[in-house]
Amino acid sequence: MDGEDDAPKSLMEEMYANGIEGVDDAPSSSTSTTIRKNRPIISGEQLDIEAYAALYSGRTKIMRLIFLADHCDNSGMQLEALRMAYDELKKGENTQLFREVVQKIDGRLGPNYSMDATWCAMVDRKADQRKDKLESELNAYRTNLIKESIRMGYNDFGDFYYAHGALGDAFKSYVRTRDYCTTSKHIIQMCLSAILVSIEMGQFAHVTSYVSKAEQTPEALDPPTIAKLRCAAGLAHLEAKKYKLAARKFLEVGPELGNSYSEVIAPQDVATYGGLCALASFDRTELKNKVIDNINFRNFLELVPEVRELINDFYSSHYASCLEYLGNLKSNLMLDIHIHDHVETLYDQIRSKALIQYTHPFVSVDMRMMADAFKTSVAGLEKELESLITDNQIQARIDSHNKILYARHADQRNATFQRVLQTGNEFDWDVRAMLLRANLLKHEYNLRASRKI
Amino acid sequence: MNTVEGLVNQIQGLSTTASDVLSLQNLLKQADDSLHAESTRLFPFLDQLDPSKHSLGYLYFLEACTAGPVTKEQAGSYVLMIARFITSCIAEQIRLAPDKFITVCKRFKDQVLLLEEPLRGVAPMLTAIRKLQSSSEHLTALHPEFLLLCLLSRCYKAGLSILEEDVFEVDQPRDLFLFCYYGGMISIGQKWFQKALELLHNVVTAPMSTVNAIAVEAFKKYILVSLIHHGQSPANLPKYASSVAQRNLKNLCQPYIELANSYSNGKIADIETYVEANKDKFESDNNLGLVKQAVSSMYKRNIQRLTQTYLTLSLQDIANRVQLNSPKEAEMHVLQMIKDGEIYATINQKDGMVRFLEDPEQYKTCEMIEHIDSSIQRLMTLSKKLNGVDELMSCDPLYLLKVNLLFHIKASLVVT
Repeated sequence: MDGEDDAPKSLMEEMYANGIEGVDDAPSSSTSTTIRKNRPIISGEQLDIEAYAALYSGRTKIMRLIFLADHCDNSGMQLEALRMAYDELKKGENTQLFREVVQKIDGRLGPNYSMDATWCAMVDRKADQRKDKLESELNAYRTNLIKESIRMGYNDFGDFYYAHGALGDAFKSYVRTRDYCTTSKHIIQMCLSAILVSIEMGQFAHVTSYVSKAEQTPEALDPPTIAKLRCAAGLAHLEAKKYKLAARKFLEVGPELGNSYSEVIAPQDVATYGGLCALASFDRTELKNKVIDNINFRNFLELVPEVRELINDFYSSHYASCLEYLGNLKSNLMLDIHIHDHVETLYDQIRSKALIQYTHPFVSVDMRMMADAFKTSVAGLEKELESLITDNQIQARIDSHNKILYARHADQRNATFQRVLQTGNEFDWDVRAMLLRANLLKHEYNLRASRKI
Repeated sequence: MNTVEGLVNQIQGLSTTASDVLSLQNLLKQADDSLHAESTRLFPFLDQLDPSKHSLGYLYFLEACTAGPVTKEQAGSYVLMIARFITSCIAEQIRLAPDKFITVCKRFKDQVLLLEEPLRGVAPMLTAIRKLQSSSEHLTALHPEFLLLCLLSRCYKAGLSILEEDVFEVDQPRDLFLFCYYGGMISIGQKWFQKALELLHNVVTAPMSTVNAIAVEAFKKYILVSLIHHGQSPANLPKYASSVAQRNLKNLCQPYIELANSYSNGKIADIETYVEANKDKFESDNNLGLVKQAVSSMYKRNIQRLTQTYLTLSLQDIANRVQLNSPKEAEMHVLQMIKDGEIYATINQKDGMVRFLEDPEQYKTCEMIEHIDSSIQRLMTLSKKLNGVDELMSCDPLYLLKVNLLFHIKASLVVT
């Protein structure tokens, strides 16, 4: 543990290398824009909303902005997020969400950002007209029984419903195209649309089934699509709290993803989710092989250098700095719609792993030094270690008087003898009880038989 | 008059050889009713018969004598007479009329209880059992009576010899229930908790068609003893317990199940409040003492858990973690546990530290080897016995009928 003294210094240097001045919210000059492009977006510093929102497109952008507004404490950031959501919604056709956002803004952004009833009415009217048109077209196609046209018709319906926020109807329409798909490309398209809507609806069971359906037609899959499917699968596993599987999926995403899946996920997210889940659930060898030595994933990690640093710190046992990075990232991670309810669990798992890994190579550990390494008090550390020992994750015993942790390896020979004697006793008892019961049953049976006679 | 006198003579004459005894038995059976009719006058005739030679006859006379209601004064003399009879009678002769013998012994027990001197009945009853049993694995109707006398006279040790034997043959299921229940109580009294668990387990899982009160009471004690001995109560009855028991026993023992649940939560304050609240119920079942033992066993359980995580711990810390009031109490508990051999530790009084040690048993001594060897022998015998019973069962015609084997054999014969 000599490197602990060096750790704080190198940490400072790295932080200086990464971040430059403070945080700029409003873009004022071109130079600051370029600076902003180089600065990582998901980092320990306060979230830059514009840059964050620029990563996404479509409905997820709006949903993420609304989530941000609901969950962050800073009213400046809140209003910023709501403003951007309003602008984005005006470009689309979702009046329901528009009304919601206006209500949340509550007039705080001035007259430009208030309820625009005329716009709403116009959009709704256009929507009805379009809907009628689509319906009549679809009916026409259905009577003509041209498969391709019917499929396109349902697809258009799906797109229409999705744009207007009727997610359930959108899903149903997309699923209906299944019967009219002729090539594998069509199937892939249907699956991707279904997956998109399911993710927006939060029904990740559908996501998994459609991902597997899409993967069953390998001929039509090109690398970006494969990457997209893997991301979707990873998200589904994350929601199901299967962190190991989620990590594996995210780590398999190739660099071909680029920005092509911005309606769902950004490459920064892939890096963050994959990195954290891997750290919480992989053992050392897997961590090294699949994360640190993974060239493809390295490209993703470049986008979130703090995550990269914390994984390296964990692997090289610089636990204090690793936990510090985690602490810094926490506030921003809590603002992300997919990972916010898993942050606590993942952090606890990572911390437990760090504790276990720390004690693993030693016969005895001075708990005061360990408490320093983990930036906690000796009493708190003792409590944490106690729960890990009770769960049998660490084989050790605590000398509470001298505050030392001693590794303890169970004596196999004695344990075997003990188990043998115990098994013998149990066998003895069971067989005797069984013979007695058999005798009773026989007696009862004889009694009944004799009564019949 | 004549018949009785004649009978006495015949008893005296025919009690020597085995065949004579058999013919005597027939005579006695026929004369039984007349004996009962003259029950009040039979007393003096007993002096003419010698219990050590004319056991069978004496038995019949005795049985007829004691048939009617008995006053306290009469009980005194009867008790003496029966006790003498039991000690001196011939086992083979009385085994020809086991029912009569059992009736006489039961009346003996009643009289002893009437005199409120159960201790007088303990030794004679033990002798009676030994004479009546066909083998040490045989459970007679006298076993539960004997254990009842032991319980009432608090003479537990006498009961232990009977309890140590394994029982495999049973006459009446009811005898078994009572035997195991009383046996369980005696074992609890001697703090022989493993044996108590076995016996109570037998009652609770015995085949029964309806729930009986003995099983319910036994189940209550079973839960409490498992808490004391294992630190946890059985979640469910094993599958081989009768369906009747599985369905109903839990409902009838609700306060005990709740006690077990709050025990598993590990908070001593909760469990003590629960006990206080339901004190009357426990007391009415005569289980309050056992409940208190269960609660104190919780401290032991918690301290034992500490030995798994800590090497040394201060007495103050132990008191805090186990929710005791002071380090002094913690010291007392730890001291008691060390004495009982439940944990291995040393207390350093100077700095108030307890150091937990490993189990010093290394399994290398001669005694351990002998112990293991004898266990192996015992289990091999048991295993042979099990095979023997299995073979016997598979030759049983009723069983074969059930399994339709005979049918198949017949069918295959018809085909060929």
